[in-house]
Amino acid sequence: MNHSRSRRNPTREPDFPTAKPPSPGGSSGGGAGAAMRLIVPLQGVVQGRGGLILGSVIPGALYYFFQLYLKRCRSAKPNSNPPSPSSPSAQLADLSRSSSRSNLSSRGSVGPVRVSARANSIAKPNASPYYIGLERASEDPYDRFDNPDGIMQLGLSENRLSLDLIETWILENLERSMIGGADGNLNISGIATYQPFDGMMEMKIAVAGFMSQVMGTTVSFDPSRLVLTSGATPAIETLCFCLADQGNAFLVPTPYYPGFDRDMKWRTGVELIPVHCRSSDNFALSVTALDQAFNQARKRGQRVRGILISNPSNPIGNMLNKETLYSLLDFAREKNIHIISDEIFAGSTYGSEEFVSMAEILESEDFDKDRVHIIYGLSKDLSLPGFRVGVIYSFNTSVLAAAKKLARFSSVSAPTQRILISMLSDTRFIQRYIETTRERIQKMYVAFAAGLKQLGIECTKSSAGLYCWADMSGLIRPYNEKGELELWDKLLKIGKINVTPGSACHCIEPGWFRCCFTMLAEEDIPVVIKRIQRVVET
Amino acid sequence: MLSRKARLDAHGEDSSYFLGWKEYEKNAYDDVQNPTGIIQMGLAENQLSFDLLESWLASNQDAARLTKNGESVFRELALFQDYHGLPDFKNELVEFMAEIRGNKVNFDPRKLVLMAGATSANETLMFCIAESGDAFLLPTPYYPGFDRDLKWRTGVELVPIHCSSSNGFKVTKCALEEAYQQAHKLSLNVKGVLITNPSNPLGTTMGRDELNDLIDFAVAKKIHIISDEIYSGTVFDHPSFISIMEALMDRKLQDTDLWSRVHIVYSLSKDLGLPGFRVGMIYSNNETVVSAATKMSSFGLISSQTQYLLSKILSDKKFTRNYLKENRKRLKTRREMIVAALRNAGIGCLKSNAGLFCWVDMRHLLSSNTFDAEMELWKKILREAGLNISPGASCHCSEPGWFRICFANMSEDTLNLSMQRIKALAERIQQCRRGRVTHQDSGCNSRRRSFSKWVLNLCSYDREPDR
Repeated sequence: MNHSRSRRNPTREPDFPTAKPPSPGGSSGGGAGAAMRLIVPLQGVVQGRGGLILGSVIPGALYYFFQLYLKRCRSAKPNSNPPSPSSPSAQLADLSRSSSRSNLSSRGSVGPVRVSARANSIAKPNASPYYIGLERASEDPYDRFDNPDGIMQLGLSENRLSLDLIETWILENLERSMIGGADGNLNISGIATYQPFDGMMEMKIAVAGFMSQVMGTTVSFDPSRLVLTSGATPAIETLCFCLADQGNAFLVPTPYYPGFDRDMKWRTGVELIPVHCRSSDNFALSVTALDQAFNQARKRGQRVRGILISNPSNPIGNMLNKETLYSLLDFAREKNIHIISDEIFAGSTYGSEEFVSMAEILESEDFDKDRVHIIYGLSKDLSLPGFRVGVIYSFNTSVLAAAKKLARFSSVSAPTQRILISMLSDTRFIQRYIETTRERIQKMYVAFAAGLKQLGIECTKSSAGLYCWADMSGLIRPYNEKGELELWDKLLKIGKINVTPGSACHCIEPGWFRCCFTMLAEEDIPVVIKRIQRVVET
Repeated sequence: MLSRKARLDAHGEDSSYFLGWKEYEKNAYDDVQNPTGIIQMGLAENQLSFDLLESWLASNQDAARLTKNGESVFRELALFQDYHGLPDFKNELVEFMAEIRGNKVNFDPRKLVLMAGATSANETLMFCIAESGDAFLLPTPYYPGFDRDLKWRTGVELVPIHCSSSNGFKVTKCALEEAYQQAHKLSLNVKGVLITNPSNPLGTTMGRDELNDLIDFAVAKKIHIISDEIYSGTVFDHPSFISIMEALMDRKLQDTDLWSRVHIVYSLSKDLGLPGFRVGMIYSNNETVVSAATKMSSFGLISSQTQYLLSKILSDKKFTRNYLKENRKRLKTRREMIVAALRNAGIGCLKSNAGLFCWVDMRHLLSSNTFDAEMELWKKILREAGLNISPGASCHCSEPGWFRICFANMSEDTLNLSMQRIKALAERIQQCRRGRVTHQDSGCNSRRRSFSKWVLNLCSYDREPDR
């Protein structure tokens, strides 16, 4: 994605058309290809077929690809194996390759008109094990009775443990809440007509109240600082559009949720710079590491616009304490950048630790709230991913104004808002739901972690989220990303369980896996453990 | 601290189209509470057939309760976030779309991509088809929201295809070619043409010849055609609606290159009067577009609950057939009402057969044949007659004096009142024009001066309208 470099000129010259980028399998194969491309345009120079211009672009193109190659080398894992097709750097190369391909064909040829480079790249099947695993598991889903040999889905962080509570509420209250009028007559105009794109005020009030309740009422949220979107996915993309220009970057501690690569980069042109956290620190975030990454980016000429943290963390499941949040705020102030805090798992806590929201930290600060923005949603804490409700919460009025306008592209459906206004306003039900769901998550976590421990697999100490961060590094051969992906593949094909390998989350240490346990019933845990055991013993 | 996109005015929301909205918000008409307030005639919303939907819901408790034959389907819906969309819903949608086109065209649900509203669908298509800096040609006048939806985040440029009243604002071969050349003069790479058929704001459907000229043009230039057919179910009079797909099939172009460069945008906001539900879609014969758009729909998925409810409504074929018929009848009646009332006021309209609005000719009321005079007239209509309507300039019309007036978003009484007001104003203006220079004239001037300051104050107001 190099639109920032494109110049509109009458000859429609592409930016970097001529040299083929290095292929993911290694640079030697790409080198021969690059040589061929070098020769052909030079022939053009000699024969005067417009090659003069192309010939002058080649050195620039080669220089660009040399930089790209160096960048990939820097971000490669500390092992000698070539990156597998699923690595993010391969995806980056894929992006440039497809856009250069489309530029090639637009170079004065008479082929059929193309779709955008973006579409070509996005349309391709996703090579990341995160997505491959999700797809396989959905094609052959495990069911205790109907399909006991199916694939068990431990790769999707969805909470099915307390759906029964919501189902009961819906059955008892739904119809009345959606279109019932005060006089008992149906009145559809309240949901049929155009509503504010960033959500009805009643919905914002209800959601603000829910957020406060779910985070332990230690902090209150102002409904006028909310923008509602159809899910947290558009919420984060919208924030990126507001805070960063194409080519700018965000620092993201690793390991991180694989979806960020799609949500934050696809259409915005923003880059993500991983800031590696390690098991020796329990994957804690260090400001030193952030500082290093920031300075390195500056040296590369890359402008960092902010830090993206997920708190509680996905995929680790730990929470940031007040001290860390304060130091993050100080760091952001010093560098004059934003903080995006993705707090979507705030209500899915199960330990004794209390969750601390960025909003709580800012309540005690008198200034500089303009740089903090919170992402939230009802997909995890309320188990309603299908209803599509996401939140941008910001203290910055300009960001809110821009996000409100952008919300037209991803609004929450009105009938759904009506139902949720009713449900979230039933605070007694919500309280019961929050308490019950926490108990159930904790029960599952304890049982699951114990089961893994029996196999000698330890999990990081965590107190939130719908998953464990399991250390299977002792089970992989060789001790690198290739070994990790081989184990992932075995678990999927032989063990018939889908888990998310750490490399898909950009974890710098091989052998870690995210295992979601809230899609299972308690009776399924022994089945999972047995299946892992089967794989481990082969 | 903010991105360039967030800071700039590329959202296009400072045009008069949106200013009138803001004024309406501050002083909205209510027949009881505020009978002298501003009547909203700039919103293309269909409120005429709510009763039909309400009675359906009353007799189909299952759908609203998320149960199927008494069994709850809630669990599946709560967890359903597959960007391929609810299969039942898509199957019903393609049948509904075919029904609207007299079953002359069939649609494949696998080529349908669901989005949260046509606004989202249009933007996503741009992301899929064009690079930043590419251009799309649009016949004028066009829906003001396109300036925002198609351009803002995508970086795409829009180049107008000028249509004139001399031929009823039809798109001509000449105009197409001129627009194409203009784009080249601006060094823009033309990616395609976007038509709205039936047209917003004209309310007319494109004829066979027009469609054929467009097809020939797209074949010759090897570009895309996007047909926004969001008003296809509101065609209440002759000539009948011809979808771009039908036009292509009639010319047996299914196996040509062009087939995979034609895309339709649709929505249930106008035809079913459900803009609050946020249901839009892209239909494309291009596999890459379908695949990319499907994944991009993650940024605007439709709530599963809404998909389920609508799949139930649309599966009731008797209901949908009756709804379409009855709705069209009501729209036709409304249109006849407003046309007659305007004629009575000495104001003509473009002959239209679809849509929720009229394209009204007030050129004779302009003080001069300029857009400044049009703005002056618009302000008079807003301030003196208390009506918010859309001036042609906001729709990029090349001739001053045309206005879009919506008629389906209010009661009959309110419509009658609005027509009385406009008649009164038209008469006043004609009197003023007849050279009677009284204190009214200087009054007109001072009102104009204070008005501009007041309009500037509005610019900071932050509320959005829509089609």
